[in-house]
Amino acid sequence: MSLFGFFRGGSAPVARERLQILLAHERSAFSQPDLLGVLREEILAALSRHVSFEPDKVQIKMDRGKSVSTLAVDIEIPNSHRATGAAAA
Amino acid sequence: MAQVLVVTSGKGGVGKTTSTAALGAALAQDGAKVVVIDFDVGLRNLDLVMGAERRVVFDLINVINGVAKLPQALIRDKRLENLHLLPASQTRDKDALTEDGIAKVIDELRSKFDWIVCDSPAGIERGATLAMRFADTAVIVTNPEVSSVRDSDRIIGLLDAKTLKAERGERVDKHLLITRFTPAAAARGEMLTIDDVLEILSCPLVGIIPESKEVLRASNVGSPVTLNDPLSAPARAYFDAARRLKGEPLPMVVHGDTKSIFTKLFARKAA
Repeated sequence: MSLFGFFRGGSAPVARERLQILLAHERSAFSQPDLLGVLREEILAALSRHVSFEPDKVQIKMDRGKSVSTLAVDIEIPNSHRATGAAAA
Repeated sequence: MAQVLVVTSGKGGVGKTTSTAALGAALAQDGAKVVVIDFDVGLRNLDLVMGAERRVVFDLINVINGVAKLPQALIRDKRLENLHLLPASQTRDKDALTEDGIAKVIDELRSKFDWIVCDSPAGIERGATLAMRFADTAVIVTNPEVSSVRDSDRIIGLLDAKTLKAERGERVDKHLLITRFTPAAAARGEMLTIDDVLEILSCPLVGIIPESKEVLRASNVGSPVTLNDPLSAPARAYFDAARRLKGEPLPMVVHGDTKSIFTKLFARKAA
C-alpha cells in the first residue's frame, strides 16, 4: 500500500456501500429483469396516442440511489409532426 | 439420517470444488460416511482436486442412463475408506442430467452415507439448480469481493425459492463460508471485513478460510487440504467448519499460518 493509499483509507467501505445499494434493489420487486422493457413499451404506447415521435429517439435511464431512484425518459419530438392525436383530444 | 449438502456460490473460481473436497474429507476424517458428487457436467474437476482423475471409469450420467450401477461409479478414496467420489461426465450432453435421474441417485445414496456433498457448477443454470434441488443444507462459498458477494445473494434467493425443501414450505439450512480471506487487508480497509459480508448477506457464518498457499499446494498434488496438511491454517478452518455443520457451537476464529501477535490480533478483530 502506498503512503497515499494510507491517507486515503481503504476501498472496502466503498465496496460495502455499493453492494448495499445494489442488493437492496436487486432484492426488491423493482429488479424484475424486464421492468425497464415493460415501462418503455407502456410509456411509448401512452405517448404515441398523443404525439408522434421516432421510437429510436427515446432514451430511458435508471439511476438507483440509496433512498430514491430516478427514472428519466428523454423523448425527442420533431416540431413538424406534432400533435396528431393531441389536437383531437 | 443422511444430510444432503450443496456447496454453491453462483460465481466461479471462489473455491467451491476446493471446499467440497476439504469439507467432505474433514467430515470423513471425523468418521462419517461421505460421498462427494461433481455436478459440473462437461467441466469436471472434483476428481482432479481429490487425486482420483486416473481412476474414473463411470460417472453420474452413466448411472442416470442405466449404463452403470451406482456402486460401479463410486470411487473410494485411497486415503480414507469412508470417503467416496461420484464424478461428473466430461464429454456428454448436460441435458442428460435429469431431475428424476438425480432424485433416484440421491435416494440410493441416502441409505448408504451420512453426508452427500454436491459440488455445484458456477452459474444459475440447470447444473447449478439441480445440484441444490435436493439439498437439506447449503454452504455458500463467498470471497470478500463485490462480484462474489452479489452472486451469493442471488444464490441465496434461489435456495429459498427453487429447492424441493423451499417448494414444500420448509427451509434449506444456509451457511456462509468465506474463503480467501486476508485478515490484514480487511484490517487496513482494503478488503471487505467478515462483518461487512455478514451484514450484507444476512446469512449465518460457518467458517472463514484464510488465503493460503497450502490450498494451491493441496490441489497441485490432488489431495483435500485437510488430508494434505491437517495442521495448516486452511485445514484447521475447514475442520472447524465441518464441526459447525454437524451442529457443534465453536467460537469463530481466523486461523493463521504464522502465530505472530499480529495474526492473533487481526483474527480477534475479524471474528
